[in-house]
Amino acid sequence: MSKEDNILVTKYGDQIQVILDRYPDDQKRSAVMPLLFLAQREGLQITDVIMDEIANILGVSTTQVASIVGFYTLYYLQSGGRNRIQICTDLPCALRGSDDFANQVCDTLGVKIGETTEDSEFTVEAVMCLAACDKAPVFQIHNSEGISYFENQTISDVQSLIDQLVKVPEILEEDDK
Amino acid sequence: MDKNVILNIDDNQVSVPSGTLVVDAAKQIGNDIPVFCYHPKLDPVGMCRMCLVEVGTPLRDNDSGEVVLDKNSKPTINWMPNLQTACTMVVSEGMCVRTVTDQVSRARKDVVEFLLTSHPLDCPVCDKGGECPLQNLTMRHGSSESRFLLEEKMNIAKHVPLGDLIYLDRERCIQCARCTRFQEELVGDAVIGFEQRGRALQIVTYSDPGFDSHFSGNTTDICPVGALTTADFRFGARPWELTNTPSLCTNCAVGCNIHISTRRSGVDGEWQIKRIMPRQNEQVNEIWICDKARFGHHYVSSKDRLDHPLIRKHGELVETTWEHALTVVANNVKQAKGSIVGLAGERLTNEDLFSFSSLVEGSGGRLFQWPGLLGGGDIVNQVGVGTNTDLAKLSEDTAVLVIASDLAEEAPMWWFKIRQSATKLGASINKSKASVIVANARPTKADDMAKATIRYRYGDEVRTVLALTHYITNGKQGLIEDIAANDNTDLVDAANIIAQAKNLIVFYGGEGLQYESSNALAQACANMLIAKGSIGKKNNGLIPVWPNCNTQGAWDMGVKPSGVGTEEFLSKSDLIFIAGADPVDDGENLPKDVFVVVNELFQTETAMNADVVLPVQSFAEREGSYTSGDRRVQRFYPALPCTKNVLPDWEIFQKIGNLLGICEVDIGPSVIMDKISEKILSYQDINYKSLSEFTKQWPDIGGQDSYYGGTGFENTVGIGVQTKTLAELGDDIEFSTVNPLGWTSGDLLGVPITLSYDRGSLFYRSEIMHSRVPEPYVKLSKVDAGRLDIVDGDQVSVVVGSIESSCIVNVSDNIPSGFVLIPRSMGIIMNKHIVPINIKKCD
Amino acid sequence: MTEYLLLRHRNQGEENIADLDTYLALGGFEAYKNIVTTMTPESVVEIIKASGLRGRGGAGFPTGLKWSFLSNRFPRYVVANSDESEPGTFKDREILEHNPFQFLEGLMICAYAAQSEVAYNYCRGEFWELTHKLEEKVHQLNDYGFLGTQIFNTDYSLQVYHHLGAGAYICGEESALLESIEGKLGQPRLKPPFPADRGLYQSPTVVNNTETLTNVPLIMSRGPDWYKSIGTEKSCGPKIMCLSGHAKHPGNYETELGITFRELIYDLAGGIKGDRNLKAIMPSGASAPILPANDEVLDTPLTYEDVPNIGSQLGSASIILLDDTVDISWAVNKTMKFFKHESCGKCTPCREGTYWMSHLLGRINSNVAETKDIKLLEEVANQVTGKCLCPLGDFSTSAVVSGLELFREDFDFHLSNGNQSIQDVNI
Ligand SMILES: Cc1cc2nc3c(=O)[nH]c(=O)nc-3n(C[C@H](O)[C@H](O)[C@H](O)COP(=O)(O)O)c2cc1C
Ligand code: SF4
Ligand code: FES
Repeated sequence: MSKEDNILVTKYGDQIQVILDRYPDDQKRSAVMPLLFLAQREGLQITDVIMDEIANILGVSTTQVASIVGFYTLYYLQSGGRNRIQICTDLPCALRGSDDFANQVCDTLGVKIGETTEDSEFTVEAVMCLAACDKAPVFQIHNSEGISYFENQTISDVQSLIDQLVKVPEILEEDDK
Repeated sequence: MDKNVILNIDDNQVSVPSGTLVVDAAKQIGNDIPVFCYHPKLDPVGMCRMCLVEVGTPLRDNDSGEVVLDKNSKPTINWMPNLQTACTMVVSEGMCVRTVTDQVSRARKDVVEFLLTSHPLDCPVCDKGGECPLQNLTMRHGSSESRFLLEEKMNIAKHVPLGDLIYLDRERCIQCARCTRFQEELVGDAVIGFEQRGRALQIVTYSDPGFDSHFSGNTTDICPVGALTTADFRFGARPWELTNTPSLCTNCAVGCNIHISTRRSGVDGEWQIKRIMPRQNEQVNEIWICDKARFGHHYVSSKDRLDHPLIRKHGELVETTWEHALTVVANNVKQAKGSIVGLAGERLTNEDLFSFSSLVEGSGGRLFQWPGLLGGGDIVNQVGVGTNTDLAKLSEDTAVLVIASDLAEEAPMWWFKIRQSATKLGASINKSKASVIVANARPTKADDMAKATIRYRYGDEVRTVLALTHYITNGKQGLIEDIAANDNTDLVDAANIIAQAKNLIVFYGGEGLQYESSNALAQACANMLIAKGSIGKKNNGLIPVWPNCNTQGAWDMGVKPSGVGTEEFLSKSDLIFIAGADPVDDGENLPKDVFVVVNELFQTETAMNADVVLPVQSFAEREGSYTSGDRRVQRFYPALPCTKNVLPDWEIFQKIGNLLGICEVDIGPSVIMDKISEKILSYQDINYKSLSEFTKQWPDIGGQDSYYGGTGFENTVGIGVQTKTLAELGDDIEFSTVNPLGWTSGDLLGVPITLSYDRGSLFYRSEIMHSRVPEPYVKLSKVDAGRLDIVDGDQVSVVVGSIESSCIVNVSDNIPSGFVLIPRSMGIIMNKHIVPINIKKCD
Repeated sequence: MTEYLLLRHRNQGEENIADLDTYLALGGFEAYKNIVTTMTPESVVEIIKASGLRGRGGAGFPTGLKWSFLSNRFPRYVVANSDESEPGTFKDREILEHNPFQFLEGLMICAYAAQSEVAYNYCRGEFWELTHKLEEKVHQLNDYGFLGTQIFNTDYSLQVYHHLGAGAYICGEESALLESIEGKLGQPRLKPPFPADRGLYQSPTVVNNTETLTNVPLIMSRGPDWYKSIGTEKSCGPKIMCLSGHAKHPGNYETELGITFRELIYDLAGGIKGDRNLKAIMPSGASAPILPANDEVLDTPLTYEDVPNIGSQLGSASIILLDDTVDISWAVNKTMKFFKHESCGKCTPCREGTYWMSHLLGRINSNVAETKDIKLLEEVANQVTGKCLCPLGDFSTSAVVSGLELFREDFDFHLSNGNQSIQDVNI
């Protein structure tokens, strides 16, 4: 197997072992979800190559891995923005104005729900209840770092968060110099 | 476990074994509860909700546990508030089920309506139309109007290739998961699966290549709608126009029962094979066939079929009449004065072999199997597997040893059935599993289901079995350590599994063996079975993985391999009569100045060397009987009218015999079978009537209801008769000594292996399968590749004796060094046995 | 009730009980230690049985009884259900954030009682950050010797692992949750067999809600009689009520089971936002029938037995308040979007029914529906009810059926007035 087929193992070998150790030896398939989360650290998207690799690690078929990716909404087969802004617009939040809030976020970024900004930084999505209904408007940001909640948000909070998030790479570039 | 339970379905009492599902119990009294997701061969999932019924159980007093009686002294029934799925509900004593109430018919109507909301209703152009459970059940239970808005239907992809053989119409799919469960539960190869969820749930494959399971075609049979179709049959015909003729698959020794569906088509209205369907025979293939059986039939309709007898004139083969050809052959036979050798190949039926043998031996010659690589047929007749053994239903008390065979490639259906015994949890999860042990010099697919795998060196097959026997009889490991010394094997585990099992079944094949050593292997296995007392009874005994569909029949008809002496026999004869074999292509040189007669379908290498070529009927145009590796004699019937100027083999032999005054020409194979049964003890109860006796099959899948999908399943013409072994007939079977032969020596030894999808002259004419057949290759170990400076994918020439062929190299981690695996019938000419070879890189 | 038993137990001042040392200093894990070193698993089960604790995940099944049903096979597993995805539910998240050790202690006691050596906490994927914090807390417990092998020098070993979901409401259903841990699609299994017999990896398994387990250390340290004295006879103990929607002060309110809707809404949560009138109450998120905000309803105690009497369910007490500006057909459409999105697709009526109902509600809400569509909506809802493999299908029809029954005019409104749009009724 070429190096290319071993992206995860090469990079996260130890973590993969820790994950596998959580489950009985003959139940490796259980690790598929944590491994997919691990894989999404690479650009927040699951590729065919990654699915093949996970299938190999777990001794299941690639199709079985793909089924999982397709069933659960926090795995992405399609590429989106570097940050997915996932705003809850479910009933309890909607009662507290989250539909309007979502539209405002969209306006701020110049996209519609489900779309990605031109610079590929943000995708705005409307999602189901996030278990933070009392703190509406609420959204989570899903990026390669993981998922973080932002509660009791105003549109100016969002604006400064956006600024902060797009700055990060610039700061890194500064450091590189 | 098998205690019976009495329940009440619509006021009819039914008694069924405990553990039975309500849906099956109802079926036994002819009450067809409609189902979509349920399939008796798969674990129930209760997803489609079509089978909803009312269920109640007798009310019991909390304290006494007694059934509470009503004022008519009948048990008071506690009806469950919601409808229950009959496909998941297990019967219990006193249970009451109602299937004809308003509530139930309403539910059926509702579920059908839901299933049809996004269905394209394209029955008029659908391949399943006419044998479609959805169509049938909609007629019976559905509503006549549609309340769903057309523009809100899901519009999704049609004609999605899931691989090169199976197409998916996503709009027709009703998400019953039969196909995915078939692949996962029964084949163990989940290459198709569901993606997304909710209404977006759909079947996908991410495997590369796509849906390439050896059993993929079966999903199209059990799909209860027209969502899955085969590339072969798609838009080929409407099911009601087809004529289904019962037949047998001729590809391997399992003897799967099939239907050949034919129809007149094309401009000339000729009868054609439109598809091959499995025919239910629970003892053999249940309701399944492998893709080779389903798609490998195209040679029958090949334009290259021989259509006239040919005779050599001035060095050229030219057409002639039957009368002339047969007279010439008869005259040559007479002149040969007994210096005759007959070679009987793969396709010959019992009746052909019997007639062939009467002709050749009646004229003083000798008749042999060709290529005759695997020995042990006589041993099988002593200690073969007990009659009525169901290979798919072996349980924990049974061990199965597979040795020197790549079962999944050589006899796919046996692999499939054994896998069920070894892995499938079945409807009741408590069912225990049989233990499989796989012994081979290299890994094979059967390893996946094995409790223990034994790796020996090619040449150590017999010693391995001796060691196991030694251990189970004496409890000593001595020999085992000998064998295991340089290999990392679970020999002791395997021996313990065998020692502890009550029953033992042994499959032996010929991989890596010479004819003589395969005989020794068969005897060693027999000795082990005798030592364990595993002979003469059900779930015990020996099964040879014969190379052909009627090798067992050949042994039974007294036609055996010639062993090492073939070349000598051939060179000494004046006439060679070959039927169903292509020795020239196998690398055998036919001696010069010998008169050669060949019965053939095609102009093979051997036929080109013949003096007379006699064209024969294919199995689809004629009738006859074959005997499977587990000794089941079964009949097949003519499916196509014979429009060519060709004859069945038996008739050719008998006509020549008649010209020579040796025999009469019988009116048909059934008369020949009567003669066989007079002459051959184990066939004494077999005749064409007993072979077509039919016992009702359970589960009842092939009945008239057709809601299990696919109309080809029904079997009304017999399930065959298994011959009894000598052990079963009460003979005393004794050990025979076995001498393990020495290893074949040589730096590099070529070992022929068998692939299911090869370039065999018949199979390779099915173009639809070409993408599944690999490029000709040989497999080399890493060590040898390194030594020879060869890398994976290199083009090489393979030299066997004086014959050279070229192909690519497949370098593998897990084959033993010193050996080169050479797939048979792949164009690499290889003399029959394991032999020293040379490999050179091509420039 | 003045004391917080679940949300901030032991923390009566400003202490941070999410810190292990603080939690220990306040008497944390004493119950666990006592149990592991001195009690038999059976006696723990008996105490939980005697306490009358009922599951807080929605169904209210008696917890002790559930533990006593385990088949006599090993290994066994214990799984905490922290999937919390019902619209309007946010209590487990607060427990995990502010009182994680009490929950973990409950989980560990449960594992001991079930004689299980491995416990999983299944958290919804969105709790990504929270779960990583919890994993660190588990490491700490390992370091302190509360987890691992030979705990407190006994034969008992226990490991606690976390498993993250990835955005699927149905994985809150216990059997789908187990499938999800097994690395399969989160689709519910057939029952029977129940998890107590064939659960995770086909082994006997206890699945309990996070809040349920958080009650356990209390019961074990203060005794079942004390516990029984809180709440009503059939619904004992403290309960976190999640109040959302048009409450003036939405949030988690920990009370005794048995306080009334009125007390909760008006006395504790300050009434309705903007002091408007309350129109309707959804007492169990999107899943149970909608209730009209009348006196009978407002004076009904929040218990497992009383809420069904007025035609709905207590469920996990995720109470959504709808004021008089809300168009119920809009609210029902929201719930249907949720269920259509979350239907796992395994069974026909739910898969097709939610798709169909969502189309019908969409048509109604965009004012293109006709009277027959409203009738059809009702029929389709009834057609789904009672036929599905798991309760989600029935959940999806609750709001539809009750909404149509109680607030039919909100649906009919869209027929007569072609200008009404969704935005207008939205706040
Ligand atoms: C569709 C559906 C979703 C559910 N979601 C949750 C959930 O998010 N959290 C939870 O604890 N229980 C949920 N449940 C209930 C669980 O199936 C189960 O009854 C519960 O976890 C048992 O724990 P308990 O006895 O402690 O309540 C759900 C049930 C259904 C049918
Ligand atoms: S009711 Fe819905 S969620 Fe439950 S099994 Fe059926 S499709 Fe899945
Ligand atoms: S639910 Fe019983 S047949 Fe599908």
